[in-house]
Amino acid sequence: MRTPNTQERVVITGMGVVCPLGHDVDTLWQALLSGRSGAGKTTIFDASTFPTTFDAEVKGYDFHKHIRHPELHEGCSRGSGFVLGAAAQACRQAGIEVETIEPVDGIDRTRVGIYLGAGEGSLDNDSFFASIIAGWDAKQQRMVWSRSNRMAVERMTAVRELEQEPNMAAGHTAMLIGSRGPVRSCLTACAASTQAVGEATMLIRRGQADIMIAGGAHSMIHPLGITGFNLLTALSQRNDSPETASRPFSASRDGFVIGEGAAILILESLTSARKRGIPILAEVAGYGSSSDAFRVTDMHEEGRGAVLAMRAALADAGLTPQDIDYVNTHGTSTAENDSIETLAIKTVFQDRARQVPVSSIKSMLGHLIGAAGAAEIIASVLAIRDNIVPPTMNLHDPDPKLDLDYVPNAPRKMPVNTVMKESFGFGGQNNVVILKRFIEL
Amino acid sequence: MTSSRVVITGLGAVSPLGLTVDELWAGLSAGRCGIARIKAFDPTGLPCELGGEVPPYRIQDHVPKSLRKSVKLMCRDIELAVIAAKEAVANSGLITKGIDPEKANVDPMRFAINMGAGMISCDLEELGAATAASTVNGQFDIRKWGRDGIRQITPLWLLKYLPNMLACHIGIIHDIQGPSNTITCAEASAHLAIGEAAQIVARGSADVALTGAAEAKVNMMVMLRQDLVKRTVTGRNDTPETACRPFDTDAAGSVFGEGGGVLMLESLDHARNRGAKILAEVAGIGQSHNINPAYARMEPDGAGIRIAVEKAMADADIGPDELDLIIPHGTGVPNDDLAEARALEAALGSALNRIPVWPTKSMLSTTGAAAGAMDVIAAVRAMNRRTIPPAKNFAKLAKGCNLNIVTQRRDGAIRYALCCSHTFGGQTAAVVLKAFEGDATK
Repeated sequence: MRTPNTQERVVITGMGVVCPLGHDVDTLWQALLSGRSGAGKTTIFDASTFPTTFDAEVKGYDFHKHIRHPELHEGCSRGSGFVLGAAAQACRQAGIEVETIEPVDGIDRTRVGIYLGAGEGSLDNDSFFASIIAGWDAKQQRMVWSRSNRMAVERMTAVRELEQEPNMAAGHTAMLIGSRGPVRSCLTACAASTQAVGEATMLIRRGQADIMIAGGAHSMIHPLGITGFNLLTALSQRNDSPETASRPFSASRDGFVIGEGAAILILESLTSARKRGIPILAEVAGYGSSSDAFRVTDMHEEGRGAVLAMRAALADAGLTPQDIDYVNTHGTSTAENDSIETLAIKTVFQDRARQVPVSSIKSMLGHLIGAAGAAEIIASVLAIRDNIVPPTMNLHDPDPKLDLDYVPNAPRKMPVNTVMKESFGFGGQNNVVILKRFIEL
Repeated sequence: MTSSRVVITGLGAVSPLGLTVDELWAGLSAGRCGIARIKAFDPTGLPCELGGEVPPYRIQDHVPKSLRKSVKLMCRDIELAVIAAKEAVANSGLITKGIDPEKANVDPMRFAINMGAGMISCDLEELGAATAASTVNGQFDIRKWGRDGIRQITPLWLLKYLPNMLACHIGIIHDIQGPSNTITCAEASAHLAIGEAAQIVARGSADVALTGAAEAKVNMMVMLRQDLVKRTVTGRNDTPETACRPFDTDAAGSVFGEGGGVLMLESLDHARNRGAKILAEVAGIGQSHNINPAYARMEPDGAGIRIAVEKAMADADIGPDELDLIIPHGTGVPNDDLAEARALEAALGSALNRIPVWPTKSMLSTTGAAAGAMDVIAAVRAMNRRTIPPAKNFAKLAKGCNLNIVTQRRDGAIRYALCCSHTFGGQTAAVVLKAFEGDATK
C-alpha cells in the first residue's frame, strides 16, 4: 500500500446534530447547560404495556424542512432522516455545498469521504408480525413457511425493506454531499460513532481523504429494539419519572434511557482547512480502540478493554493523563457501566482520577446508541470552545463506591483545553477519542 | 525502517461449496454449483426459491470446550464467522488462546479484528410463540406484546443479532484485545473491512489482524428483501445450477446465499520474524461511492466502481498491464453487471481485453457481506496455485460488457489480482492483491 502515513493534523470544521434536545448544535448546548432532560413518554409506538414506557425521542423533526430535495430520500428510515439534517448543518458551517451536482466550493469530491456509526431502520412491524401470525402453527410450535411467505410477499414493500439496511444512512449522506471518497459505515453497538470519528481521522492522516463527514445515526426506538433492551433489563423502568430516570453514577441508577438521533462532525486535514480559510473548532488529537475479549454479556470486571483503549488514545495523542482537563464518559446509568468505567478511569488516571472532572450528558440526552458517541464529541468540542463542563444531572444520591468528581447537577466554568471521550459497546467494544483546543504550532 | 507492508498468512472459508478453503477451491475449480432450492425453510411462494447454503455442520465442533455454552448466543451469521476464523487462525500457524491456551504465541493487545457483517434478521420461528400470544382477533396487538409476548422470549435474544457479535465471539475465542470494528456496508463490507484491517496493521496499531466477513442470507425476510428490490432471478426455480449467470447474455438476476470468509493479516516484519508462510500481499485498496438520484440503482456508467478501482490501482502503484486476474462483483443482475463492466473498462482501458475475468457468484451465490471475502480468498488461492478455473454459466457476453471472461482453465503466474465489490446503498470497494515474492525492499 503506497499511500503513506502523513503527519497531517486533523481538525473539526463543522458540526450538526438532530437529537432529543434539539435539531441544531446551539439548542443542544443550551439544553445541556441548563440541565434540561430530553426524556418523556414513548410516542413513536404504543409502549404503554412494555416494562419501560418512556424514552428520549427526537420531537417535531421533519427532514423535508432541512434540505432542498427531500424527494430524493423519500421513505428513508428515522436515522437516515436525522442524519440528512445533521449533515446539512455541519456542511453549511464548514462551507461544503450540499445537494448540487456541480459544486463550486472548490472541494474535490473524490477527496471527501463519509464514516458513520449507523444502525438499522425499524422493521415494517405490522407486516412482519402479520407474516409470523400467518405461518405460526401453535400445535406444532413451528412455522408453516408457505403461508408466512405468501403474507410477506403480499404486504412487504421494497423501499421499506431496503431502508432497514444499516448502510443506507451513509448512502443518503453520500448522495447529499456527492461524496466520492471512502465511504464506510460501522456498527459496533454503543461505541459505533466514536469509532467512526476515530477511523475517519485515521483515513485523513493516511492521506486517503482531505475531508471526512463523520458521526452517527440511529434510532432503536422501535418495538423489537425496546423489546431486546427490556429483555436484557438494560433500560431504566422508572416510568413515573422519565426526566430523572437517567442518573449516571448515582446509587439508585437502574438502567439507561434510550434516545435517538444523528450527530455529524466535519473532519478535515489542517492543510485543507487552511487552504479553504475555514474556522477551526477543535483538533482530533488521538484515537484508541480495543476489545474486552471477555464475555458478550458483560464488561470485563476490571475494565481491561476500557483501560487499553484510553491508554491507546493517550499514546496516539502523545499525551498523559495529566494533560486531560475533562473526561466525557460513556456514563449510561447502568449499574455495570458506571462502576466499571469509574474503575477504568482510576486505573488510567491514578492520582489524578479524583481531580479530573468526569460527567455524563446521557443524564439529559439519553443514550443515542450508535449515534451517542458523536453527539457527545460535539458536546466535548463545545466544552472546549466555551470553557464549560456540562453536568451529570440527577445525581442526588451518589453511589458510595463511585467517588470521582462527576460534576453533579450544574455545569462548571473552568479552563478546558483537552477532553477524553469514551464509548463502550455491548460485546466489549471500546473506543476513545481525544479532542484538543486547536493551537497553531 | 519499519516496513508498512501487510501480508496474508491465513485463510478460512465456509461456503455453499464446503466447510473449508480446500473445499471452496475444489468446488470453484471443478465448476461445481452451490446453488439449490432452499432447504433451511420451505421457500414456496417466494419469487426466487433458490439459495446458496452451507453444508451441515455442528457448531460445537468449532468452539473450544470452555466456551461451548456461548453457542446458544450465536445466530447463523456468527457461527459461519467463527468456523471460518478458526480455519484462518490454524492456517496461519499462529497459536491463539482458542487453538491452544497453553502455547498461545500472539500478543492479545497487538491483535486486531475487523469484520464485515450484514443486517442480521432474527429467526421468525423464535418469535412465533410470543407473537401468537400477542394477537386480538387474529391481529397483532402491541399492548399484548408488551404485556405477554415479550416474556416468552429468551432474555439474551438481542445479543444474538447484533452485527458486532461476529467480531466479539471470535475475539473471545482467540483472545483479541486490540482494535475491533464491524463494517456494515452490505456486499461491500468484506473489502472495506479487509482494507481497514490492513491499514490498522500498516499504521502500527496491531501486528496481526483477523478480517473478512460472514453473512447468512437464507432467511425468509432477507431473501424476500432481495426479491422486492428486484435483484433475484425468477422463473428459474427448476434449474438452480444455471440460474445465476454473471455477464452472460442470458443473465436475469442473482441468487443469494450464505458464507463466511476470514483472513489473517500480518505486518511483513511480524510474518518474517516468525517464519510464516506468506500467501499474498495486500497491495492496494480503494473505495468510493455510487451517486445516483435513483439511489436504489447503480449509476449506469459505474463511476463509483471506476473511482474505487482507480484508487486501488494507484495505492498498489501499478498500471492495468500488470493485472493478471480480476474477480468482479458480478452478481448476475444485468444492469449492475453492465455498470461494473463499464467501470472496469473506463478504469483499465485497453488492457482489459487481455486480463482474465473470473466471476464466482454463479457457483457461490451472492453471500452478502461475505461475498468479497470469498473472492479475495479465491484470488489468493488462484495465485498460489498459478491457475484460474473457468467461469461457470457463461456462454456469451451480455451486450455492452466488454470483458475477457475466463472460459477455459488458464495456467500461469498471477502477479497482481483485483477484486471489486459494490452494493445497494452505494458503497464501492476494490482490493489489489500481490503474489508474494519475498522482496522486502520495494
